[in-house]
Amino acid sequence: MIQIIIYVTFGFMVLGIIFSAWRIMKGPTAADRILALDTLTTISVSGMVLLAYVFNRFIYLDVALIYGVLGFIGVLVIARYLEGAL
Amino acid sequence: MIIYLIFLFVLLALMVGAAIYSIMQKDLLYAVIGTGVISLVLSILFFILQAPDVALTEAAIGVALTTIIFIITIRNTVRYEDEHDRKENK
Amino acid sequence: MKEVLEIIGALFVLLGGIFLFLGGLGIVRMPDAYNRIQAGTKATTLGGMSLILGVGLMETSWLIKAVVIIIFIAFSNPISSHALARANYKRKNFPYLKNTKGVDAYKDAYLNENKEEQS
Repeated sequence: MIQIIIYVTFGFMVLGIIFSAWRIMKGPTAADRILALDTLTTISVSGMVLLAYVFNRFIYLDVALIYGVLGFIGVLVIARYLEGAL
Repeated sequence: MIIYLIFLFVLLALMVGAAIYSIMQKDLLYAVIGTGVISLVLSILFFILQAPDVALTEAAIGVALTTIIFIITIRNTVRYEDEHDRKENK
Repeated sequence: MKEVLEIIGALFVLLGGIFLFLGGLGIVRMPDAYNRIQAGTKATTLGGMSLILGVGLMETSWLIKAVVIIIFIAFSNPISSHALARANYKRKNFPYLKNTKGVDAYKDAYLNENKEEQS
């Protein structure tokens, strides 16, 4: 039961990753691409937490924690550069 | 186990695609975004291959430090490789 | 008790996965950059928080660290979304408005501010 639910969730996550990658490749303005990168980061943090549950290791949550802390700094720097205020 | 292999293959294809995109792109800001995608996928690959310490280092360096250094470089030099690319991209 | 918590956590995980998928779908389908920011940031924030809370409920000893990750996501995602929308506005990509006059109240103030700076 739980195994099937985790499989379905991984399927949804793969679809989200494919859509975000398509928007990074296609997107007309720069903001679209950076937004898709941000979405990809959030999906990846969720995927890391779920993989930590699948592998049943407590230490793997640290990677997701570091990614959650540091993941938005790149987006913030690129946004400030686009604004012209860096 | 097959679903994790599918996840792994999707991530590998995404990583190769992002590398090709980052090389072929004329706008250097978009190439930096492609580099961020490569670093993200590489971190998850280290994670799946049971090396969380390497994934931790890759996450800390690849996401924050590399992007900041490249953006400062782009700000101090130029954003486009050729002048006529400036009209096409906004 | 443990089985009940596992079932509830699995349902939270499924809900989170559905919201992550809807965020990706909104990024593809929406017509404008601002609509894409709405879909791509809010839906994935809810999805990620729900999924991590579900994992924390399935393994009860992981709950504290899962709540810490949830707090960081709740801090960092709105900050990046706000900075992105502001940067897109300052590059003069104004929102896609149809038959709505006077909705974008910041536009006049921003244009006047720019005019004063230039003159």
